[in-house]
Amino acid sequence: MTDMANPVPVRAGKSQSTVIDAGRLKKRYRAETRFRWYGLAAIGFACAFLVLLLSDILLKGLPAFEANTVTLDVTLDESKLDAQAISKGNFNSIVNSAIRAQFPGVKSRSDRRALPKLLSFDAVDKVRREVIANPSLIGTTRSFDLKLSDEADLFLQGMSTDEFDIPVTGSLSIEASGDGFRLTSSGNDFAGVLARVKQRLETRRDRLSLDALKLEQVRDRLAAEMPVAEAAVAEAGSEATNTHPAKRRLAKLQVDTSSVAAALARLKAQTDELSASISNSSGPETLTSALPSHFVRLPEKGVVKIAEIGGDYITGKAYMPVAATGAVTAGSWSLVEYSQPEADRRINDKEIIWLTSLRDAGMVESGFNWPFFQRGDSREAEVAGVLGGMVGSALTLLVTLLLSLPIGVAAAIYLEEFAPRNRLTQLIEVNINNLAAVPSIVFGLLGLAVFLNFFGLPRSSAMVGGMVLALMALPTIIIASRAALRAVPPSIREGALGVGASHQQAVFHHVLPLAMPGILTGTIIGMAQALGETAPLLMIGMVAFIVDVPGGFSDAATVLPVQIFLWSDLPEAAFQAKTAGAIMVLLGFLFLMNAFAVFLRKQFERRW
Amino acid sequence: MDAAVMETDTRHKTIMTPAEPLIMQQGTPKIVTENVTVHYGDKQAIFPLDISIPDRAVSAFIGPSGCGKSTFLRCINRMNDTIPICRVGGRITIDGSDIYDPDLDVVQLRARVGMVFQKPNPFPKSIMENVAYGPRIHGLARSKTDLEEIVVNSLKRAGLFEEVKDRLDAPGTGLSGGQQQRLCIARAIAVNPDVILMDEPCSALDPIATARIEELISELRENYCIVIVTHSMQQAARVSQLTAFFHLGTLVEVGDTEAIFTNPQERRTQDYIMGRFG
Amino acid sequence: MLVLVAVLVVLAFFYGKSRGAAFSSGAGKLHSLPYYHGYFVALMVAMPLLILTVLWPVLSAAYVEGRALAVLPADLQPANGLARDAVMRDIRLLASGVISDPDRLSAYPQGVRAAGAVFAKLQSASGWLQIATGLLVGIGSAVLASRKLSTKFRARNSVERIFLTVLIICSAVAILTTVGIVFSVIFETLRFFAKVPVTEFLFGTQWSPQTALRADQVGSSGAFGAVPLFIGTTLVMLIAMCVAGPIGLFAAIYMAEYASPRARSIAKPILEVLAGIPTVVFGFFAALSVAPVIRRWGESVGLEVASESALAAGIVMGVMIIPFMSSLSDDVINAVPQSLRDGSYAMGATRSETVKRVVLPAALPGIVSAFMLSVSRAVGETMIVVMAAGLAAHAVSWDLIETFNPLQAVTTVTVQIATLLVGDQEFESSKTLSAFALGFVLFFFTLILNMIALRVVARFKEQYD
Repeated sequence: MTDMANPVPVRAGKSQSTVIDAGRLKKRYRAETRFRWYGLAAIGFACAFLVLLLSDILLKGLPAFEANTVTLDVTLDESKLDAQAISKGNFNSIVNSAIRAQFPGVKSRSDRRALPKLLSFDAVDKVRREVIANPSLIGTTRSFDLKLSDEADLFLQGMSTDEFDIPVTGSLSIEASGDGFRLTSSGNDFAGVLARVKQRLETRRDRLSLDALKLEQVRDRLAAEMPVAEAAVAEAGSEATNTHPAKRRLAKLQVDTSSVAAALARLKAQTDELSASISNSSGPETLTSALPSHFVRLPEKGVVKIAEIGGDYITGKAYMPVAATGAVTAGSWSLVEYSQPEADRRINDKEIIWLTSLRDAGMVESGFNWPFFQRGDSREAEVAGVLGGMVGSALTLLVTLLLSLPIGVAAAIYLEEFAPRNRLTQLIEVNINNLAAVPSIVFGLLGLAVFLNFFGLPRSSAMVGGMVLALMALPTIIIASRAALRAVPPSIREGALGVGASHQQAVFHHVLPLAMPGILTGTIIGMAQALGETAPLLMIGMVAFIVDVPGGFSDAATVLPVQIFLWSDLPEAAFQAKTAGAIMVLLGFLFLMNAFAVFLRKQFERRW
Repeated sequence: MDAAVMETDTRHKTIMTPAEPLIMQQGTPKIVTENVTVHYGDKQAIFPLDISIPDRAVSAFIGPSGCGKSTFLRCINRMNDTIPICRVGGRITIDGSDIYDPDLDVVQLRARVGMVFQKPNPFPKSIMENVAYGPRIHGLARSKTDLEEIVVNSLKRAGLFEEVKDRLDAPGTGLSGGQQQRLCIARAIAVNPDVILMDEPCSALDPIATARIEELISELRENYCIVIVTHSMQQAARVSQLTAFFHLGTLVEVGDTEAIFTNPQERRTQDYIMGRFG
Repeated sequence: MLVLVAVLVVLAFFYGKSRGAAFSSGAGKLHSLPYYHGYFVALMVAMPLLILTVLWPVLSAAYVEGRALAVLPADLQPANGLARDAVMRDIRLLASGVISDPDRLSAYPQGVRAAGAVFAKLQSASGWLQIATGLLVGIGSAVLASRKLSTKFRARNSVERIFLTVLIICSAVAILTTVGIVFSVIFETLRFFAKVPVTEFLFGTQWSPQTALRADQVGSSGAFGAVPLFIGTTLVMLIAMCVAGPIGLFAAIYMAEYASPRARSIAKPILEVLAGIPTVVFGFFAALSVAPVIRRWGESVGLEVASESALAAGIVMGVMIIPFMSSLSDDVINAVPQSLRDGSYAMGATRSETVKRVVLPAALPGIVSAFMLSVSRAVGETMIVVMAAGLAAHAVSWDLIETFNPLQAVTTVTVQIATLLVGDQEFESSKTLSAFALGFVLFFFTLILNMIALRVVARFKEQYD
């Protein structure tokens, strides 16, 4: 708008018009700018949210498309395999010994049992499959690419914890102490770590004292309620039995008060203890599992997990065998921190050390997670795939399309071309508009009551799902088809009628072909909506846990959005990635469909 | 290119009838334009146009449809600003100040140059609110009684007050076409403008309502500079003192109404007035 | 069967066409082209066959199942619908012959195996009988139809009449759907109200369909006071509308009144993309990204926030509705005639004054109905609330701040419908029926809202046409 800093030139001579006050004008323009910004901000908010949503899903979902494998030499021991009944062979033990062979230093029973858990249970299956396919392998040693577990995947993708290398300067001296080691550095390397640990403790103490503060408020509130409750009991007098509400309330108050007091005392003790160790800034600290994990990596793969840290020394146990005690020169040892405390992640310190040693040995390889597209659902995140959902969606959409397109177009043709203007037609029109706005879950109720319970059609099947979605897609298709038919100019109709065609011939031979691109565009949009629909399918049982990929219309099936819903409920972090990955697949299909609709519209756009 | 410009120059020359119109001799002109052109995108709608419009008189723009008379009228209060592809060139001054001056405020300008449209367009509010709209947004009334006075005065000057005084709170859209148009005129004069632009104000009205509006225009002439675009030559002849004839984006001939209608100089004016095209 | 239908129909078409052609080559002028005779015969064959194809499996399945169950000894007779389904599953499995392993076969009782054998026999008999009947009916109707063919026979008119009937039936599907919805919810709702009084449902403040809570109802069923659900629904809807209402409206105003064609061509697709995102994706985002952020924020200012909060669900739902609200408002704002804007500009009003004082008041009915349609959308939305708002019914009291606390988990009508009907259910229990009662409330509430809104919009648009 125009700059209003300059006052308007006042008319010379006999002006009759009122000149608007400049200050007021300024205010009006400010209001104008403000209003414009509101609009822009609204659009900006929508854009920002969209970007946030998509990038969030992208970030969460990308790991689902990546899978890590470890290359292991597997000895297919004849003693464990019977050539006559290969499938009954002890493949578990074969694979277990293959991974254990990589860690000769791991001796304890529990550790040896934990090692195979680094692998996906698919690893055993894979070896079994290959041996069954090629029995001549028995008795040989061969290298296999075996899938790692979902937690190992997440760690290698950096999703479980951050990994820091803490720079070190001094040379290290190692001495055995007890069943562990005591390490001292000539540089001031451990003091920094100690300071960081103290800082962590400080934030924890602050959080605890905040909790204590809240509890104190609760205590005060309870204390304030106590006299009221006591008065009520007194008023109820002696006739009150133990189940009298006033008495019950008082009893509950008393219980609450004492439990709050106990909790407060516990909190106080904890904070005091923390404060004491914080104030002693050089005092040694024990690294519990509630604190970040620190490791010292030594030459020849040795790793010591820090258990206690002082200003100039650490003590800890060897997680990977330490080759030799004595001095280690600066530069040949390092200090690593995993910032997520062990208690807060699903992969423990030992597993991390094993994995990193495999990784550092160059045995781990990451690649595209093809099984994600080749398998159905599973309880195990690393082998759960979207194929079941994709096939289910395809079957369901096919049913939807076959039902809704002919019926929708027929209804549109009737309403637009043949229907007399009477009350019945009007009723149908109002009905269609209303159906378009009926909540989708109500269609689910319809499917449940009519298709499943009344007609007895198979539960969870693509057929019923398709029928329900077809009813939902109908209004969209009818409305779009009518618009497309209306856009065909009357001249075409009249031209056909003019050469003696019947009304139906004119419509089916001339009008309909011209309206087809518009109808198809509307249909694709309707199908895209149906593809993303979830709620009504929950009602007709498509939420069942189904591992098999459906093979027909009456098989139990699930669809992509329902798969997303099911996975989103699972606690494993790996499933979160799978969920986001499945969303990306779904959005990809939606994008393709809409792009096709836009393409159709552009290609056949016609102006009469 | 040069040849085309030359040709344009001769083709778009304006003839004055008579050479010095009588109405212009009564005082300084209110509105003066120099070399005004209008483009819609690549299409030129108005070719360089010079005209002076007298104060306290009615000037009529006539011409066949699409001749640019409405477009030119909309330049005078910069209504063309609302059309993104429209570009206006040249100079238009009101009382000597350029209204396309970047420093000039368009809100201030439109408060001084009111406009009445072809189709009556009362806001979907009460009669009272319709007229009070301008004073309200411009803050012309200090109090409620002030505002009521302005409304009543405006309605009176628009000759509508007697008909609607009992139902000022009724919706403006409920009035008859002629009443609606007078309401729009009342709305325009409520902000006390110098100039009132009227874009075929009677084309949507019946003859009786038309007569009423014409009468009103003649009354308003005493106080305002009125510019009216009209299709009807009779109307131009009845209400205006100055008449300008537009054809294909060119101001062909301008002069005292009487002179134009009795003794047009230009062939095209003659043909149009005789009804040979239009 | 479908193959048979297709073959018969194609044969009928060519037969009719050749008959028609024979007429035309013979004496006299044919009223309709030969292929219309073909269509006529084909349609006359197709219609009874299709009816047969659809009805046969339903009827025969009922008969075959009944016979198979009758074979079962008395001790294996299923007691209720659920058990019946289970037994039928076994019978079907045995009849299909997938199980060949004798060990696994013997796991089933003798009676069930016998029923399986009967089922298999009857089913294959039914299949052959269907094909035989199909052939008979097909040929019979072809003969009947071709009798009508003659030179003077108006085949085209007959065919067109049949077509028109089909078109009318297709249009009636919309009505049938509505009728189906109404009946499916009304019947179950009535059965529900036979068990639980209407007043308790509408005004009760205790919702726990899973467990018995009320003293006088121990063990029989839960409590069905829907007020907490209504409050939860209202709360989420209000939050959503606080987001979608102003933002959608301002976005629409900006698009309609301010944006240059270029800006429009960027902003519109973005809103369309937002509109095209499936609700389950919004739900995921609400539950796993927005809720934790809100929770952390709440904790940092010392508020207690549930991990599933009405606020997270409401905000994300609001964003989901923004495009809906803005495109509806955009429509009505664009329907306000330009002449009104011109009138206002000509008075010296700025754009925002024109919008606020002229355009919006003129478009008010349309905007109100856009708002109503959005409300109905918010009330009926399921996935976002299922995933992000929680399942537990929130305690209701006159402490309004506590009752309408957006930081707590709430449950809504749609969430309850979804959770009550997911998984195996007994169809007779009040728990299942209560979902239909909730569906009834939801359907009629949104229906009334939509009807009013659509009518207001239609009238508004007529006014400025």
